[in-house]
Amino acid sequence: MIEARALVKRFGSVTAVDGVTLRAGDGRITGLLGPNGAGKSTTLRMLYTVLTPDGGDAWVDGVSILTDPLQARRLMGVLPHGAGLYPNLTARENIEYFGTLHGLTRAVRRARAGELIERLEMQSFADRPAKGFSQGQRVKTALARALVHQPRNVLLDEPTNGLDVMAVRTLRRLLAELRAEGHCILFSSHVMQEVAALCDELIIIAAGTVIVQAPPQELQARAGTASLEEAFVRLAGLDAAEPSA
Amino acid sequence: MNAIWRVFRKEFRETLRDRRSLFTTLVIGPLLMPALISVALSMAIRHGGAPDQRPLVLTVAHAERAPQLLQFLGQYRVHIRAVQADRATARTMVKRSHGPLLYVPRDFGARLAAGKPASLRLYADESERAVQSRVQRLASLIGLYGGTIARLRLVARGLDPQLLAPIALHAIDISTPQSRAALVLGMLSYAILLTMLMSGLYIAIDATSGERERGSLEPLLTMPVRREHLVYGKMLAACAMMTVSLVLTVAAFAFALHHIGLDRLGMSANFGPAVAAGIVLGCLPLIPAGAALMTLVAAYTRSYREAQTYVGLVLLIPTLPLIFANIMGLRPRPALMAVPSLSQHFIIMSLLRAQPLPATDLAISAGVTLALGAVLTFFAGRLYRREKLLG
Repeated sequence: MIEARALVKRFGSVTAVDGVTLRAGDGRITGLLGPNGAGKSTTLRMLYTVLTPDGGDAWVDGVSILTDPLQARRLMGVLPHGAGLYPNLTARENIEYFGTLHGLTRAVRRARAGELIERLEMQSFADRPAKGFSQGQRVKTALARALVHQPRNVLLDEPTNGLDVMAVRTLRRLLAELRAEGHCILFSSHVMQEVAALCDELIIIAAGTVIVQAPPQELQARAGTASLEEAFVRLAGLDAAEPSA
Repeated sequence: MNAIWRVFRKEFRETLRDRRSLFTTLVIGPLLMPALISVALSMAIRHGGAPDQRPLVLTVAHAERAPQLLQFLGQYRVHIRAVQADRATARTMVKRSHGPLLYVPRDFGARLAAGKPASLRLYADESERAVQSRVQRLASLIGLYGGTIARLRLVARGLDPQLLAPIALHAIDISTPQSRAALVLGMLSYAILLTMLMSGLYIAIDATSGERERGSLEPLLTMPVRREHLVYGKMLAACAMMTVSLVLTVAAFAFALHHIGLDRLGMSANFGPAVAAGIVLGCLPLIPAGAALMTLVAAYTRSYREAQTYVGLVLLIPTLPLIFANIMGLRPRPALMAVPSLSQHFIIMSLLRAQPLPATDLAISAGVTLALGAVLTFFAGRLYRREKLLG
């Protein structure tokens, strides 16, 4: 479970995130949706403790990211945007390295890496150096790496970027499985179909603030539109900027 | 603490798989540098010395016309190679061989006997440096021969030959193989310190700009590990690579210089295991300072390429004091032993000369250098906590 209250982040004179309050529950997939530059990534980066908020606080399973960031990190698995691997290590070694940093014993991290490689269908490239990996292979490895310590909470920043259809399907299936196991999943996207296909809960962000948080059906109803896309455009206030068709 | 060790193990393993760092650590340091220095050193030893003692081959056309002159030259290790040539062919021969070629005219003996100036022609292509010095040597030898004849003529006429020598100038070359080798051996510490620092270069760059450029820095920062421990682990790996390089390089130098025979140069009687171990111990304190300095500089750059450029330049900073020391002929004293890298240079030289430094000097060197390393390490750790690191 992830909760954020009034998160603020400024870069110089620009306020990237301006009082974001949100909640992502266990056993649910929560989508963070918004146009480019809306503050989705900055919000996630504060949640996974890479950036320190200028205001507000957030809790991961009740642990404050401000007062105990190390413990909060133990409770999260993170797939940052464009997550890179160590080119001279194999996929398996990349995964096990993060297991090591989480303090897993050799036997445990071996077993976990093996399970994840199987689950993400990575057997064909698991023992090759990451140097020549395709985008899909990279994302799968980074995802396995993020899950090696079996975190209750999973945060993903634009996870489907640059993936082919098959890789997206694998990812979706995995997220659905994690939800069924009771994990809290929070991911950002600017692709409407993806969010519609996966999410139990939608958070629409624009200009650094949360416009609305609700299940997709409710959003449609609230915006009074038939399609989710229309609802998104209207709620995010994008139609004001759009030239009338 | 455990985290530092875990990061270290992974970084060290990864570096062992990286061809560029392996090349720097295993090839440039232990192979290339000792080879270069050995060649330079043996050239310095051989090519100094009294040049007049080396045999010189002189081609002579019409040697039969000046037998006594050539016999005189022979006493000064000039070997005569007689050829048949007239003036025109002499020129073309010199064009091919650059010379020098001595042409004895037909009337040489007759004019000499008559007490008139007897001319000789010495052909040479003096655009060649080596030929230049041989021509000078021949000219002075022939002048010497002429002077001998002149003195004999004066004696024959009842005059004191000393009348011809109002001034006696003695140019005394006191250069010795030792002094000529000193310059080259000054480069030895330069080579050792530079290759040592270079072996840590790739890890230091990788710790910051490399991770950032690959996009692996952000996931790494989501690990439950304090950020300064991440950078300490990486620096430890850089230090390990530098230590490997230092040991290999010094061992290679010991091997190469042992064959040249440093004892002949008045250096330590034997660049053996003891001296090599002393050099390694003396240089070890500089390793953390070097690793931290490179990490700090790399953290401020925007890309891997930029980091390579700047860190490469920064590598020159520790070598600057050595250059000054060589140019200005600095000698160890406590104040200078407080200058990192310069003090290591002094330690290396003192071990090679078998002139041990006082223990206080060694303590100052190690203490100040390690303290600098600690300060730089602290700042590198602080830097890793900055959000700007993410770029």
